[in-house]
Formats: sequence, C-alpha cells, structure tokens
Amino acid sequence: MEVPLIKIEKRNDAPMALYFFTPFIAIILTILGGGIIFYILGFNPIEALKFYFITPISNLYGFSELLLKATPLCLIAIGLSFCFKSNNWNIGAEGQLTFGAIVGGGVALLFYNQDGFYILPLVILAGAIGGMIFALIPAILKTYFNTNEILVSLMLVYVSKLLLDYLVVGPWSNPEGFNFPETRQFSESSRMPLLFEGLRIHAGIFLALAAVMLSWFILYKTYLGFQIKVSGLSLKTAKYAGFKGKTMILVVFMISGACAGLAGVGEITGPIGQLHRMISPDYGFTAIIVAFLGRLNPFGIIFASLVVALTYLGAETAQIFLQIPKYTGQVFQGMILFFLLASDYLLFFKVKILNLKKNELRH
Amino acid sequence: MSLDISFIGILIGSIMASSVPLILAASGELITERSGVLNLGVEGMMIIGAISGFALMVITDNLFIAIVGSMLSGVIISLIFGFLTQSLLTNHVATGLALTIFGIGLSAMLGKNYVGIPGKEFPVLFSGLKESIPFFGPILFGHSVVLYFAFALPFLTNYFLKKTKLGLVVRAVGDSPVSASNQGINVILVRYCCILYGGAMCGLAGAYLSLIYTPQWIENMTAGRGWIALALVVFATWSPIKVLIGALIFGGITILQLHMQAIGFRIPVQFLSALPYLMTIIVLVVISRDSRKIKLNTPTSLGRIFYKEK
Repeated sequence: MEVPLIKIEKRNDAPMALYFFTPFIAIILTILGGGIIFYILGFNPIEALKFYFITPISNLYGFSELLLKATPLCLIAIGLSFCFKSNNWNIGAEGQLTFGAIVGGGVALLFYNQDGFYILPLVILAGAIGGMIFALIPAILKTYFNTNEILVSLMLVYVSKLLLDYLVVGPWSNPEGFNFPETRQFSESSRMPLLFEGLRIHAGIFLALAAVMLSWFILYKTYLGFQIKVSGLSLKTAKYAGFKGKTMILVVFMISGACAGLAGVGEITGPIGQLHRMISPDYGFTAIIVAFLGRLNPFGIIFASLVVALTYLGAETAQIFLQIPKYTGQVFQGMILFFLLASDYLLFFKVKILNLKKNELRH
Repeated sequence: MSLDISFIGILIGSIMASSVPLILAASGELITERSGVLNLGVEGMMIIGAISGFALMVITDNLFIAIVGSMLSGVIISLIFGFLTQSLLTNHVATGLALTIFGIGLSAMLGKNYVGIPGKEFPVLFSGLKESIPFFGPILFGHSVVLYFAFALPFLTNYFLKKTKLGLVVRAVGDSPVSASNQGINVILVRYCCILYGGAMCGLAGAYLSLIYTPQWIENMTAGRGWIALALVVFATWSPIKVLIGALIFGGITILQLHMQAIGFRIPVQFLSALPYLMTIIVLVVISRDSRKIKLNTPTSLGRIFYKEK
C-alpha cells in the first residue's frame, strides 16, 4: 500500500526561475482571494473580477490611465529597491513624495505667470532635491544617532502632509480661489508635456524609464551596487570588506528620496497641475508592495507597477459599476504582499511528495 | 485659584484618557517583541479593532460584545501575521507592513456603512465622586473600565514578565530561542501566543478610540497612533512601566496641542498637530543615541526568524 507523504526540506539553492515565478503565484492567489471577498460582499465574483481587472484596460484611455498610475509607483519602487536591497527600511516614501511635491510646487508657483523652457526642468530638479533632503533626515538620524529609520521615516509622512495642508490652506492658497484648499494653477511651462492628445499620460513616464535603466546600471555594473548588495546579504561581510556603511546608507536614502520626490513632482505637474491636499492616493506606501512584487529588480518593478496600478484602476471601475467601495484596492494590495511573502516559502523549502510503502514509514 | 486647580485636575484626566490607546497597544506589542517578534502591523490591528468594535456596537447594541469582539478581531488579524512569520518564516518587517496596509483597506471597506452614525455613550465608573472631589475627582474617577484596565496593564505586564514562570519563558524565547528550544520549550507556540495577545490588545486600543474616546467611526481614525505605540516600546527600552510614562507624555502633548488650538494660539493648527509626530522623532533620537543601552535591552532575537530542523 502506498501512502503519499509530504516532506519539507530546507534548501539554499532555490532556482532563479522560481524566484521570479512566485510573484505570479501570488497574483493568482490574490485574484482568487479577491473573488472570495466579492462573493462574501454579495457580488458575482466573476463579474466583479472582470470589472476589476479587464474592463479598466479594455480601451486606449484605460491603458493610458494604467501607465499614468504605474509611473509614480515604478519611480518610487525603483528608489526603494536601493534601500531594501541594503537592508534600510525606508517606509516613508509617501512623505518624501509629498515634500518633493511641496518644493517642486513652490518653484512652479514662483513662475505661475511666466513662460520658458527652463521652468519645467527647474521644477523637476527642485522636486527631486526636496525628496532627497527629506529622506536624508531618517538617514542621518540612523547613521549618526542610531535611530530606527522605520519609525522616523513614517512619522515624517504625517509631518509632510500637515505641512502641505498648512501651505495650501494658508500662505500658498490661491488668492482668487474662494478659500478652497488649493494653490494657483501652474503655468503651462511647468506642466509635463502630454504624449497624446486627449490622454492623460505624460512625459513623466520617461523619467520612470530612465530611473529603471539607471538603477539597473548602478545596481549591477558599479562598485556602489556591489556594496549595496553585499550589505544587504551580510552586514558583517560588508564591514569586513571595509565598505563605508554610513556613506552607503546616506546614498541609498538620497536615491530613494529623489525618486519619490520625482514621483510627487510628476503628479503635480502632470495630471494635477496645482498643489492641494490629495496629491497622492498613498503611492508611497503602495510602492513598497511594488518593490517587493518586482523582486527589487528594475525590470521586475516595471511589471509589478503595472499590476499594482491595475488594482487602483480596478477599484475605481468596480466602485462606479458595482458600488464596491474603492478601498478594495488596498485590500488587494495587502493581499498581494501577504501571498508573495507566503509563496517565498517555496524558495527556502523544498516540498516533496513521497510515495512510500507503508512499512517503510516506521523507519 | 481653586478654579485653576480643578482645571488642572480635568486636564490630567483628559491626558490620561488620550494615553489609553497608546498604553494598550504598546503593552501588547511589548509582549510580542519580548518574545522576539517584531510586529509592525500595530496600526492595522488597531484600525481593525476600531471598526469591528464600532460595527458590533451598532449591530448588537451591546458594548460588552463590542469590546470583546474588537479584541477577537485583533486576534484573528494577528493570526495572519503569526501564520506567515512563524509557520511560513516570512520577514517580520515586510509582513507587518502588509498587515497595516491590508488592515487600513479592510477597515475602510467594512466601515463604509458606518460613517456618520453617532456612537453610544460608554458608561463611566464613580461619576459621582468625580464631581464631588476637587482636583483628584476628575483624575481618579469618572473613567471607563477600559481606562482603569489600561493603567493596571503595565504593572500586570511587569509582574508577568519578571515574577511568573510563563514570563520567564517569553523572555527566554525572545533572548535565546535556540537554548529555549533545547530546554523543551515550543518556541513557535510561545511566539504565536504572544502575537495573538498583542493583536488582542491592539484591537482593544482601537475599540477604545471608536467606542469611548471619540465615539464614532472615522476612516483612518487611528491616525498613526499604532506607529507611535511602536516607538513607545523602543522609548521604554522594552520595560512596561516606562511604556506607561511614555504614553502619558504623548497623551500630554496631544492634549496640550488641542488646548493650544482651542485658545487660539498664534501657531498654525497644522504645526500643533504635527507636534506628537515630531516629538516621537526627537524622543527616539535622544533614547537611541546611547546605542549600548538599546542593545542591552533589545530582545536579542527581535525580528529574527526561528527555524527548527525537524
């Protein structure tokens, strides 16, 4: 008589293919999980999932919206991959995005009644520097004061959002705006050029693609990239090799902050065109999931940002057509990360199904 | 002058009330961390506790069921974290973040129909004494039973960790899981229990917000308190009594800034609202500067994955 037996073995040699395959398992499980949630909420799961994952991208406009949402996610996640690869837990990208948007938006407002080709580059540069400076706070506190970067970067999210709130209500609010909590509209010269007539997709996508290329180059072709990877694998080894840990921490935070700042500036100079309270639907937090789903790999992140952007779009479509609350988007995003982490089990352990003769079991 | 003194009494009473969710969540997380598990999902568990407590209150009209239910929902959601980190050996930091993102989304989804429903008045104890005794009355009396529990909790936690056998087991598992395991302690089981306990306390902390402190459901109503609670555990260098002191300081800052807003202080409201978050950073910097002290008090295996070859 044969008895199937599951045997679990630890392994250190997970094939690379499996490493990039498990995210797909996570996505499939998330879709199944989503179907169950829709069923519990009283919707036809197949129909709901169709509205969620297919309807939003079934036309050109929808596809452009997908790219529009994927752009900031991709940019931020690329930056975060530097931090996460080197074991630095910057989870305050939302704050760096906000502060970058504040600095970039401030420059755009300086030129609100002027035109000139130099304005947009200045605004973008200001946004990147803003994000970079804001990310330097947790980095400096971590390196010189031994302070936990998770908590500091997160607290700064709340601080930056309150600062933005103060600015758009107070000193920067539109003088002709009937006290709405928003600034003036930026001039055309501070707006990202649109790629196609009638679609919202803008030139910011090239920033994201450039970031992907550049990060691939830095991570895989430079000494800095090597240091980052070694520090991530083993801090002791990195120390032994004589890497300057402090400088590296500052650098990865600066890269990540600059990327988040760029994402913020891309939003306000792209689809939004001014500063107000709601410049980001938590892109900074969601990008953490994008970074993991993309396996901290630049090209993986492109793919992951499209998948996660679809959960944003799907949530909006499902809300319009089925009155499903839009927060299902966040639930989906949380589920993706749960399932991804869970499927990592397959990387560290080999699950073997053995067929043993019954009497062999005794041994 | 007598008016001033009674005002200070009321002020202290309100500081105590605002520190309750921090005490509860931080005390729960403290036990979890002492067992070597870093659960960054405090914010997510609190918000789930807040909505399930409020929803159960509306559905059953029974505050006891609401409170117990909120703790249970905290346990259930922390079970996801426990299963992932303990049984599937996932990274604590990433799993905790996922729990927070998931919890915030799920709470908003579940709470959609509960926005704008007025809460119920939560019964307070000894309300007669509160009025009749000046100064001490508003400090000691007229609070909800949850507040009294919260103020006893750090002492109970301290007793549990230092004087009981189970407390010793928890500390052993956190400081040296391998030796604990060799002693025949089921490390994974102990950690599961500590995670679920942390979930229950965070659920209760959330319910305190939605049922007692500001009795209504508002999206994202925890507003970073879960993260401040996490910071408090570091601030307290994993000592329960210091959690109480820290929570009172933060409660004080929250109340202070509300009063400054109320009397029309010339500082913009947003800067005052940012005070608790800025204070958290400053306090963390001051505490963490002495890296030796932090290292000495941190549970040695905090955040590390334990795996026993079978």
